[in-house]
Amino acid sequence: MASRTSFSVAGTLRYAAIILYVLFALFPIYWLVKIAITPDRLIYTEGTHIWPSTFTLDNFTSVLFLTDFLVYFKNSMIVSLGTAFFTTLVATAAGYAFSRFHFRGKAIIIALMLITQMFPLLMIIAPIYKIMAGLRLLDSLTGLIIVYTAFNVPFATFLMQGFFDGIPKDLEEAAMIDGCTRFEALRKVIFPLTLPGLAATLGFIFTAAWSELLFALMLINSDDKMTFPVGLKTFVSKFAVDWGQMMAAGTLALIPSCIFFILIQRFLVQGLTAGAVKG
Amino acid sequence: MTMALPTSPGKGRGRPLKKLHWLVEPYLYLSPAIILIALVMLVPLVVGISYAFQSISLLNPFETGWVGFANFEKLWADRLFWKALTNTFWWTLGSLFFQFFLGLGLALLLNRPFAGRGLVQALVFLPWAVPAFLSGLNWAWLFNPIIGPIPHWLAAIGIMDEPQNILANPKMALWGPIVANIWFGIPFFAITLLAALQSIPRDLYEAASIDGASVWQSFTKITVPFLAPTIAITVMLRTIWIANFADLIYIMTGGGPANSTHIISSYIFTTAFRRLDFAYASTLAIALLVLLLAYAMLILQMRKHLVKGI
Amino acid sequence: MTAITLNSINKSFGPVHVLKDISLEFNKGEFVVLVGPSGCGKSTLLRMIAGLEPVSSGDLIFGETRVNDLEPRERDIAMVFQSYALYPHMNVERNLGFSLELRKRDAAEKQKRTSHAAGILGLDKLLDRFPKALSGGQRQRVAMGRAIVRDPQIFLFDEPLSNLDAALRIEMRIEIAKLHQRLGTTMVYVTHDQVEAMTLADRIVVMNAGNVEQVGTPLDLYSNPANLFVAGFLGSPKMNFVSHDDPALSLPKALTHPKAKTYGIRPEHIQVTAPDDNAHLIGTIDVVERLGSDTIFYINHGAKQPFVVRVPGIDRTALGEKIGCIFQPNDLHRFNADGQSISEK
Ligand SMILES: Nc1ncnc2c1ncn2[C@@H]1O[C@H](COP(=O)(O)OP(=O)(O)OP(=O)(O)O)[C@@H](O)[C@H]1O
Ligand SMILES: [Mg+2]
Repeated sequence: MASRTSFSVAGTLRYAAIILYVLFALFPIYWLVKIAITPDRLIYTEGTHIWPSTFTLDNFTSVLFLTDFLVYFKNSMIVSLGTAFFTTLVATAAGYAFSRFHFRGKAIIIALMLITQMFPLLMIIAPIYKIMAGLRLLDSLTGLIIVYTAFNVPFATFLMQGFFDGIPKDLEEAAMIDGCTRFEALRKVIFPLTLPGLAATLGFIFTAAWSELLFALMLINSDDKMTFPVGLKTFVSKFAVDWGQMMAAGTLALIPSCIFFILIQRFLVQGLTAGAVKG
Repeated sequence: MTMALPTSPGKGRGRPLKKLHWLVEPYLYLSPAIILIALVMLVPLVVGISYAFQSISLLNPFETGWVGFANFEKLWADRLFWKALTNTFWWTLGSLFFQFFLGLGLALLLNRPFAGRGLVQALVFLPWAVPAFLSGLNWAWLFNPIIGPIPHWLAAIGIMDEPQNILANPKMALWGPIVANIWFGIPFFAITLLAALQSIPRDLYEAASIDGASVWQSFTKITVPFLAPTIAITVMLRTIWIANFADLIYIMTGGGPANSTHIISSYIFTTAFRRLDFAYASTLAIALLVLLLAYAMLILQMRKHLVKGI
Repeated sequence: MTAITLNSINKSFGPVHVLKDISLEFNKGEFVVLVGPSGCGKSTLLRMIAGLEPVSSGDLIFGETRVNDLEPRERDIAMVFQSYALYPHMNVERNLGFSLELRKRDAAEKQKRTSHAAGILGLDKLLDRFPKALSGGQRQRVAMGRAIVRDPQIFLFDEPLSNLDAALRIEMRIEIAKLHQRLGTTMVYVTHDQVEAMTLADRIVVMNAGNVEQVGTPLDLYSNPANLFVAGFLGSPKMNFVSHDDPALSLPKALTHPKAKTYGIRPEHIQVTAPDDNAHLIGTIDVVERLGSDTIFYINHGAKQPFVVRVPGIDRTALGEKIGCIFQPNDLHRFNADGQSISEK
């Protein structure tokens, strides 16, 4: 009986709804790619056709070889990977402390972390600009990594705490009785079990860093330090008419974060189920 | 009963050290996080608040100094601020409403197994992975009648007389970023709600169906009460996040046309970034912070009631 | 020779005082079972012995060494958890050998000791499996095997059998008894199960609300419970308690005691007779349970709790019939107003 539901009215409606969601999610991305592969001369005449009559990769080659695209791309990679790595490192330690220890001041520290999620980050854009200027970290990728890491640590900590909470304390205790120090228990038993959680956190932070625009815009100004969003923003003003190239650049920029995301989204739901939503 | 206590080797030294070890360990793990957050977020926050009571404009370095509440008086008289405040309200409400209900619908659909669910899930969550600046640009292009199909569709079904760019129309322009934001934000709600749905014990539904509950009844009597606390928290966090989220507006309209689409946060950014008027930017930010805090309190109160209600 | 000495041990979790001034001595090679109602602090005590929970005050001594401040790994103990706590990312063989791996023992010794433990527990065929591919009973065996491989000074068990079905539980209970005979190691065992406690223990420690109520051999606790709590806790069906002024009760002078406020008699120490003057207690049969080997009567004698009688074999006395009970004089327990057993006649 259950296998026949696909013929029922409710089943049909469900599938229709699912298809609508998929179309809504994918159409804008499809359009981006479509314009990117439409030859320049057809952009205006066929601008609004669903399907281009011919297609070309010229836009991609010119973006890659005639513009600063690769520089932006490299900068963004450095910043995003750096941020993801350091954030995850710091947040893993902090999340472990929250999950496994009771200590004085825990509530206050958690409250402070929650507050950082509360106030408009833009509120500190001006002070950060001045502080970074003082530290000579303006216009540097290191400065950007530090700032992004700090921004992402609170959320990543709560995420990691959720993953740790999902691992029974017994396992660690058994390991300590078997002869581990606490740190060894963490490294040999807990760490391998949090790998999905770590992957989710890494991917999540990578995507966040990859997307950030406003702070990068404020803190970076030389062309060779620009991250992708900043670079593309200047593209838009510089080549206001070259739609094909912009869309090609956009498509290329989409690839890393989408790959990351597709790999981690399963863990994200699992991880949240295991811990984060509980509290 | 006398009993000589065997002493452990090095008792006097070992014990306090050991105690210290237990006490210090968690702080050791936390210290990098605390130091980073304090230096990069909390200190600048305090500094930022102090800016609101000064005059700090990098363009006028000679007029620096404490000015009391002058910035707030300026704020009160600033028509653009009030316009941005109204826009913030509609922007947040419009985005949140559709993100939430469409996200909930998606989570409910994905919570039941069907052929190809894994693939569908990966695809419908994809917009979240699209960097915000890119979704902004992309939607701006979609709304552009030269290369985008949307104005043509709207004209074809008679909503518009002829295909034009709604981003250029001061009355409609805010809807552009809102649609982009909805597209971008549905996956977030779907993911959190799906996680919450999956943590509802399955036997509850089985028990309910044995007790004779209809599908609708199990939804209202089990699903909703279980989701309520998660919903309250995610809605609260998302509201704050959306209200602060200036990227889409900055990219798609830059606050225009004629300053008609500024929300407070995009106004903050423009003030700091374009005019380098840090003092007034901080004043705006404090106004936004106060509003958001009041809102968060309200939601947390409501959540308490909801949790009690279960 | 004592293996473990607990000297005025206290434990508090913040404001909650969980264990109150516990002093106990466990002998070397002894099998000690901790029993008591849920939440009385058994696991906490065991975890303090293991070093997983710091001792709030008092001395914990292994042999001659005070171990309060030693890490679990320095105490030479092994523990079997109720949840088994098998490492999900290691196969059975690595689970068994993990402690040796940590001690950097060479491969040959590791191999020898794991296969020895696997042999004892019949795990030879499962060495390559991961925990999630094992049944409950197999997981339990691996958890035990992990402890055996260690060859520790002390074994600790926290309700190791409570997740198994009845048949498997009996089987593993016998395994554990054999293991103790073979290894002769000191074992401390927490359980809820009366039969496990009675059959496995050299001595039983009965705990209640953070206090030790009584310590003794199983038969000692059964025959001479020190107070109402112990009397009621051990034995199944439970001991019957009758108030000294219960109108249904008519004990001959010789059996009574002037200070006795409550009389206790186990269901198996009662004979059924006609409801005449010789009967110590008279009532009507409310419920009969015929187990084949025994027959259990629940007798209504006017009090709230039914009076339970267990007679061997199949008894045909019918429901609703009025009967009399005669108590075996030597097995009658008398308790004073404080609930303490009155030992002198
Ligand atoms: N980490 C803790 N924090 C606060 N209280 C605790 C903690 N661990 C245990 N307790 C309390 O200590 C008391 C004893 O707990 P314990 O786990 O030792 O009981 P138990 O005798 O093992 O019970 P059970 O038979 O149900 O396992 C309980 O009241 C429990 O609530
Ligand atoms: Mg317990």
